[in-house]
Amino acid sequence: MRGYVLKRLAQAIGVLWAAYTLSFLVLDFLPGDPVSAMAGAGSDSAEIDPAQLAALRHQYGFDKPVLAQYADYLGRAVRGDLGDAISTGRPVTSTLADALPGTLQLTGAALLLAVVLGGGLAVSATCTTRRWLRQLLLSLPPLGVSVPTFWVGLLLVESFSFRLRWFPAFGNDGLRGLVLPAVTLAIPTGAQIAQVLSKSLLTALDQPYVETARAKGAGRWRVHLRHALRNASLPALTVVGLLVGQLVAGSVVVETVFARDGLGRVTAAAVTAQDIPLVQGVVVFGALIFVLTNLIVDLVYPLLDPRIVAASGRKAGVA
Amino acid sequence: MSQGLAHDAAGAVLGPGHPPGPGAGPGAGPGAGGGAAVRRVLRFLVRRPGLVLSGLVVVLVVLASFRPGLFTSRDPLTGVPSQNFRSPSAAHWFGTDELGRDVFSRVVHGAQLSLKATLIAVVVAFVVGSLIGLVAGFVGRWVDDVLMRFVDVLLSIPALFLSLALVTALGYGTVKVAVAVGIAGVAGFARVARAEVLRVRQAVFVEAARSCGARWYSVLGRHILPNAAGPVIVLATLDLGSSILAVSALSFLGYGAPPPAPEWGTLISDGRNYLANAWWLTALPGLAIAATVLATNRVARALDGEWSRQR
Repeated sequence: MRGYVLKRLAQAIGVLWAAYTLSFLVLDFLPGDPVSAMAGAGSDSAEIDPAQLAALRHQYGFDKPVLAQYADYLGRAVRGDLGDAISTGRPVTSTLADALPGTLQLTGAALLLAVVLGGGLAVSATCTTRRWLRQLLLSLPPLGVSVPTFWVGLLLVESFSFRLRWFPAFGNDGLRGLVLPAVTLAIPTGAQIAQVLSKSLLTALDQPYVETARAKGAGRWRVHLRHALRNASLPALTVVGLLVGQLVAGSVVVETVFARDGLGRVTAAAVTAQDIPLVQGVVVFGALIFVLTNLIVDLVYPLLDPRIVAASGRKAGVA
Repeated sequence: MSQGLAHDAAGAVLGPGHPPGPGAGPGAGPGAGGGAAVRRVLRFLVRRPGLVLSGLVVVLVVLASFRPGLFTSRDPLTGVPSQNFRSPSAAHWFGTDELGRDVFSRVVHGAQLSLKATLIAVVVAFVVGSLIGLVAGFVGRWVDDVLMRFVDVLLSIPALFLSLALVTALGYGTVKVAVAVGIAGVAGFARVARAEVLRVRQAVFVEAARSCGARWYSVLGRHILPNAAGPVIVLATLDLGSSILAVSALSFLGYGAPPPAPEWGTLISDGRNYLANAWWLTALPGLAIAATVLATNRVARALDGEWSRQR
């Protein structure tokens, strides 16, 4: 088990390094010159002093060859320093850390909602004996993955904030302000969870062990929840692991719609300002979230299916 | 085989007017098989009114993007300022915006930009991804390892973050956003294409072709490609829907075409400023996006084996 965890950690570090390198490559092709943009921001129309420009280039290391820049940045990144944001001059890591709590609240609430709603929908759709109800429930997930998140958010604001005045339309304050953004963010994720779980539940219900359980006199709900659901939840868990990264990225849209402070707003602002170090930091952070959730998912698998422990050495590729 | 299925399904979607592909009735003669096949297609469609409706929506959207004049004669860019903020009515189906422009006409004309961006995104993802998957699966060994590790890295970065990084590097505009969305979708295509190539490579007929002395390029072109294409094409149709969503999200965030252009996402972000007094400016363009995505997803699901499963 320890060897397995160590191997997964090494893989995780490899992915982070590769994500950093990839974002460096992509952002290095940037046609604009961030330094002159930064110098121009301070002095509106005045001539930019070439010496000052050169000094700034030197400060950010833009005057060195690309490989030297890369080695330099990577060396600092390993020590946890992702450079300074160009638009504000503050360190990228502390900018991200300040923005993180709001986004974690949002994505955490959305994940909880998505799992509960998506899981509940899948279970009740496969468990009901009424045909029309099943058809109705199963037609919801395809709808959920087809609606644009920003549109759902705006519709919710329109009806629940402006008309009914139940929830605040904008801002970060409290639990009431969290409801609409979390619901908005949860809809596509919950729909995907429901799709995967209902499919794997239907497969599981066809298995011989379900028939055995029925033959032994277990009721419909008991068969469903105790026997089928546990086996069917493995594929859904894999999907949840992949969806957490999407949830964090989805905060860019949702936080923009609801004018919430957080990682998403910071990202949107960074892209608008062509703030390379900050965008790079966000990309690496996205990879970090992906790696962490997959690590957690891999550790949860054995709890659901004890057979996985024996084969855990070979399971590395599943997620 | 899978390609034959995809063609069958494509024939089914195109409707009864189009004769189904040659794979439909292998045993029957062309005359006798034709009538039965048409009847089967009809029965397939009659049982699925949702699919027919979806096909209709897709056709309408494609028509709107090529010939917007068929649907509206109003100018999407200049409005009548005295007629601003009219709610939906017979004269203005989707109402008018703050400058008195007809929103329906803007949505219809926006289909062109949004569909163009979506197609570019899907083509980029399809071509680059399939190429990576094909080379990885066909060459194997260390090439496979290197390419698939690269794909794993692409997968580890959330798609929206990856597109945003690319937009930061490339700049704003419909085409650049489309390319950014396309590259974020490369990984999925690479994985499916590689899996298909690996599956087909093991097949007996490929071994037979090899043992007959066929060159690698003719094995690839005549045996592997046609047989591996089906699932990749199905993925491309599925990717249409998610690309529409991704492209419109990026243009909603303001990285798409510059202001007067009626891109779907831009329309909604413009309407957002008048959310409290003019709901139709956000609700109705969004409904157009949702309907289009829902329809393309439904058609993609039909292509994905629904036709073959029902026989």
